[in-house]
Amino acid sequence: MTVFSFYLFAISVITGGLFTVISRNPVHSVLWLILSFLSAAGLFVLLGAEFVAMLLVIVYVGAVAVLFLFVVMMLDVDFAELKAEMARYMPLALLIALVILMQFVMAFGAWEQSAAAESLRANAIDPARFNTEALGLLLYDRYFLLFQLAGLILLVAMIGAIVLTLRHRKDVKRQDVVAQMMRDPAKAMELRDVKSGQGL
Amino acid sequence: MISADLNIILPEIVLAVFALLGLLAAVYTNKDGAAGVLVWLTAALMVLLAGWVAMSGDGSTNIAFHGMFIDDGFARFAKVAILLSAAAVLVMSKSYMSLRGLLRFEYPMLVALAVVGMMMMVSAGDLMALYMGLELQSLALYVVASLRRDSVKSTEAGLKYFVLGALSSGLLLYGASLVYGYAGTTLFAGIITTAQTGGASLGLLFGLVFLISGLAFKVSAVPFHMWTPDVYEGAPTPIAAFFATAPKMAAMALFARVMHDAFGQIVSDWSQIVALLSLLSMFLGGVAAIGQTNIKRLMAFSSIAHMGYALMGLAAGTAFGVQAMLVYMAIYVTMNLGTFAFILLMQKDGAPITDITSLHMYVKAAPGRALAMLVLLFSLAGVPPMLGFFGKFYVLRAAYDAGMTWLAVAGVIASVIGAYYYLRIVFYMYFGEERSESLDNQNGGVLTVVLMASALIMVVGVANMFGVESMAAAAAASLVN
Repeated sequence: MTVFSFYLFAISVITGGLFTVISRNPVHSVLWLILSFLSAAGLFVLLGAEFVAMLLVIVYVGAVAVLFLFVVMMLDVDFAELKAEMARYMPLALLIALVILMQFVMAFGAWEQSAAAESLRANAIDPARFNTEALGLLLYDRYFLLFQLAGLILLVAMIGAIVLTLRHRKDVKRQDVVAQMMRDPAKAMELRDVKSGQGL
Repeated sequence: MISADLNIILPEIVLAVFALLGLLAAVYTNKDGAAGVLVWLTAALMVLLAGWVAMSGDGSTNIAFHGMFIDDGFARFAKVAILLSAAAVLVMSKSYMSLRGLLRFEYPMLVALAVVGMMMMVSAGDLMALYMGLELQSLALYVVASLRRDSVKSTEAGLKYFVLGALSSGLLLYGASLVYGYAGTTLFAGIITTAQTGGASLGLLFGLVFLISGLAFKVSAVPFHMWTPDVYEGAPTPIAAFFATAPKMAAMALFARVMHDAFGQIVSDWSQIVALLSLLSMFLGGVAAIGQTNIKRLMAFSSIAHMGYALMGLAAGTAFGVQAMLVYMAIYVTMNLGTFAFILLMQKDGAPITDITSLHMYVKAAPGRALAMLVLLFSLAGVPPMLGFFGKFYVLRAAYDAGMTWLAVAGVIASVIGAYYYLRIVFYMYFGEERSESLDNQNGGVLTVVLMASALIMVVGVANMFGVESMAAAAAASLVN
C-alpha cells in the first residue's frame, strides 16, 4: 500500500512539474504547480513528516501559489513572446541539459554513501518525539543561530524592497491624524444666517 | 550553554544590533539627513570591532552553536581585513554619495548587515551556516548595487548581479545537498571524517564540483566572471570599490575554509579544479582588460586576474599556500582601496569621469596624486620594489613548492601580459598628449588621504609588511593542520 501511494504521489509530482513548464496558459501552470505541491505533501506524509506536509499545504498552496495566481492574472506579461525568445536558445539549452543528464546518470549509477551517513542522519531527531516538537528543538535550539540569521536575511530583503521602490510623492494629499484631532470647531465651522430667497 | 555561544559571536551581534538601532533611529528622526552621521558611526564601530577581534582570542579556537560557528585565528584575520576595508570604503564614499543624492540612511546599514554576513561566512563551520552568511551578504550587495535606482545602468547591474547570484546560490545549494547525501551531515567536522574513512567517492566529488562552482562565482573566477565588469561599471563607484575589497576577502576566506575544513583529506581532488580556475582567471583578466577604456571595467578585469593569483595560493593546498593567499588578499585590498580613491577623484566639473584617456598628462594637473597612482599601478602590476610584487612572489612560491611549476610559470606570463594595461595608464599620465581641458583638481579630503596612505604602504610595507606576514602564517596554521 505504501509503495503504491509512493508511486502515485511521485508520478503526480512529476506530471505536475512537467505541465507547469509546458502549459501555454500561465494560469494553468499555476494550477499544475498546486497539484505538484499537494502531491509532495503526500510524499511527506508517507515519510512520517506530517507537520511539514501540513506546512506545505498551508504555506505553499494556501499562500504562495494563490499569490502567484494573482500576480499572473494581474500582470500583463506576454508569455508567448517570452517563450519565443526562449525558443531561440532551446537547441543549445537542450544540448547542455543532455550532457548534464548523462553526467548525473553516471554519478547516481555509482552512488554510494559513507558508512556513517545513515546513523548521522538518524541522529538529528529523536524518533520518540512528535513532529512539531522535534522540529522546534532543531529550529530553536540546535539551529538557533541559523534561525536568527534567516530573520536578518528577511529584514535585508525588506529594506531592499523599500529602498529600491518607495518614492515619496509630494503631490499627494495625506491624512494627518494629529492635525485632524487638534482642529478647533470654532475655526472649522462658520455659522451664517442665510435669508430666504438669497444666496451667500 | 547558549550564553557561552553568544559570547563567542558577540562582535557579530554588536554590529547587527547597531544596524537595527541605526535603522530605527534614522526612521524616527530626520531620515536621510542622519545618513552622514550614520556613515561615520558605522565606520568608527567597524574599526573598533576590528581592534576588538584582533585583540581577542589570542590564537585559541572557539567553537559555538554545535560546531556551526568557528572562531579561530584564520577567521579573525579575515574579519579584521573585512571590517577595516569596509570602514575605509564607507568613509571614502560619503562625499561622492551625498553629492549625487545617493546618501540614504539605509546605505550604511546595508553595508553593516553585509559585513555581518561576511563575518558569518568566514566563521562558518557548517554548509547551512555558510549559505546563510553568503545570502545575507549577497542580498545586501544586490541592493546597494542598484542604489542609483533612476539610472538604467545601475538597476541593470543590480538585476544582473541578482539573477546570476541566485543561479550560483542554486548551484552551491545543490552541491551542498549532494555532499549531505553522501556524508549524512552538513558539519564540516563531520564531512572531513567521512571523506577520510570512505575516500573520495563519486557522490562527494560531484557535490564538491558544484560547491566550487558556486564559490567561484562569488570570487568572480573565470568561467564564472561574466557579471563582474557590468556590475562594477553600473554600480556607483564607491559601491564598486566595496565590491572589489571586503566581499572578495570574505569569499576567498570562505573558499579556503570549506576546502580545508571540510575537504582537507582530499586535497588532490580539488586542487586541480582550483588550479584550472586560477589559470583561466589570470589569463582572461590580463587579456580582456587590454581593450578597456573605462577604468571601472578595467579594474573589474584586474580584480578577476588578482583572484586568479589568490586562488593559486589556495590551489597549492598547503598551509603555506593559505598564508600566501591571505597575504596576497591583504595587499590586494589595500591597493584597491587606494586605486578606487583615485578613481573617485577623477572628476570634471563635478561629474565623475571613468574614461582613462582623460588622464593624459595628469601629472601636470596633480603631480602628487599622479605619483601615488603610479606607485599603486606598479604595485598592481607586480613590479619589484612595490608590495604587490611580494604578494605575487608569495603565491608563486607556494605553487612552486607544491609541485605546480607549470601554474607558477603561467602566473608569471599572465602578469607580464597584465602589466601592459596598468603601465598604459602610467604612460597616459606622464607621457600622454597635451590636453587643454583637464580633470578637476579639487581638494579630495579623505580620498587624498586614502590614496596617499595606500601608496605609502606599498612602498614602506616592503620592510616588514607591518607584521601581516607572521599574522597570516598563524592564521593559516589554525586552518590547516
